Amino acid sequence: MDLSRALQIVSSTDPGMVRAHNEDAVVSDPAHGIVVLADGMGGYNAGEVASGMATTVIATEVAQALASVNPQDVDPQTRRPQAESLLREQILKANTSIHQAAQSQPQYAGMGTTLVTCLFYDNRMMVAHLGDSRLYRMRDGALTQVTRDHSLLQEQIDSGLLTPEQAKTAQHKNLVTKALGIDPSVEPEIREYRTAPGDIYLLCSDGLCDMVSDEDIGMALEALGANLELAAQQLVQMANDNGGRDNVSVILVRVLREYPAARGVIARFFAWLK
Amino acid sequence: MAKLILSMDGLVLKEIPLVKERTTIGRKPHNDIQIDNLAVSGEHAVIVTILNDSFLEDLGSTNGTLVNGNAVKKHFLQNNDIVELGKYKLKYLAEPGQQPAATAADFEKTMVLRPSAMKAAQDQARAMAGGTHGQPQPQAAEAARASAAQQAAASAASTGTASATEKEKSPAASPGATAPMTAPSTAAAASAAATASLPPAATSAAPAVPKSGQILGAIQILSGGNAGKELELAKPLTTLGKPGVQVAVLTRRPQGYFLTHVEGAKQPTVNGQSIGAAPHMLKDHDVIEIAGVKMEYFVKS
Repeated sequence: MDLSRALQIVSSTDPGMVRAHNEDAVVSDPAHGIVVLADGMGGYNAGEVASGMATTVIATEVAQALASVNPQDVDPQTRRPQAESLLREQILKANTSIHQAAQSQPQYAGMGTTLVTCLFYDNRMMVAHLGDSRLYRMRDGALTQVTRDHSLLQEQIDSGLLTPEQAKTAQHKNLVTKALGIDPSVEPEIREYRTAPGDIYLLCSDGLCDMVSDEDIGMALEALGANLELAAQQLVQMANDNGGRDNVSVILVRVLREYPAARGVIARFFAWLK
Repeated sequence: MAKLILSMDGLVLKEIPLVKERTTIGRKPHNDIQIDNLAVSGEHAVIVTILNDSFLEDLGSTNGTLVNGNAVKKHFLQNNDIVELGKYKLKYLAEPGQQPAATAADFEKTMVLRPSAMKAAQDQARAMAGGTHGQPQPQAAEAARASAAQQAAASAASTGTASATEKEKSPAASPGATAPMTAPSTAAAASAAATASLPPAATSAAPAVPKSGQILGAIQILSGGNAGKELELAKPLTTLGKPGVQVAVLTRRPQGYFLTHVEGAKQPTVNGQSIGAAPHMLKDHDVIEIAGVKMEYFVKS
């Protein structure tokens, strides 16, 4: 099912004001309803390699897998939608490729990447993430953070050791507790959400949310929601105006209309039974 | 022990261990490091050493003190820093084996906090907490996390240059990331104060804290029902116009204010000229026309 008429997708990535390299990578596939954002880490250009591998492998492999599987069908083994198993499988595949590259080539040793990816299908989306790249949702004028960072800071907030206010000025914002490609196996956090026409989804690397407050992000999406292209540029620009200390990447997805899965075949099958 | 190596024109003159808490540098003989040269002030600078850290402070010298080519008043000395006083150079060498302190840059690169580092630190904390068995005390656990964070950063720093990889390697299960995350809406991000796009001019809220160096502008409505009204542009973004008809946004940036077309078939005009699709930088007393309403932009402060 072609989703490019139901989803408007715009992305932007920028090295920022300080870094020479852009270690972020973004890929979107509107027809299959796939968006992937990764923030790589590792010496020399290894970060770029890791994030590039993650985005390409996941986007192409998921698109390929969708040819033979309906994401909305229930996986008989896990009793969860096929989309979840499919996403997990492809993320593990990307993890293996990155990990093996890191093991076999000394210049890539220790590389890894954060990840946030959404697969849209049947008026829903399956969201998987690792590390501190985030997904936000703008609905009815309110901006909500959908994913929770896998970071030391978030753990400290969760356990009550830090208040969100203290966290804003904390020094160790950079320590993530999960990432793709670091270990031979990885357990991504995968969740399903309902989408509604009019929703705007923002996937971003920490270069945006560290430099721009959630309030300002919400304000930009509210004011510029009508022009997604401009909104993406504005977000990157705000991060750079505030110092742009890290690479900044954003993907914006607007749900234009309902996109229920075609259930014609099943409906006809049940009709035939009767 | 940290030391300084004094040299001139590439010739090493002296090696000075930093034994005292205050090591003074100057032309006069009572200084710990005397440099008899007219370019050096009588009391030129001092190095304060506390444990393994040394700080350099210029004592208001006539010709100043350079560290790695930059003039400094106060400086936290790092291994291999070159301090220059006139033609004389002092190279700072930290105590061998001492890991350099994590620098600010180390806290900006994303790193994976390896569970093994946390485990080691936790054991350490457990020992500190008086050898309590089983689960470490909450404070101890916290100390463990903090020290794990420091270790991770320090290990990154110890790999030397910025280009080195910033991760440790060794597998283990993450003790931290356990509890399954609950409801998705956590840090329920304070949504922006709704941009109540009143035609023709719109958003105003509690004035944001002005950023230093940024100019503050305002617009005054010249025509239409709200003529005469003034709107301070304190927020990073202000929308203007009628939604669905013609909307533009005023963005506040370090360079000044920019007007950008957002939606509508017609682009807004500035001093009678259409601005096109690209952002247009505003000058003091520019007249903007949008959705049939004229307004003047001016700089307040």
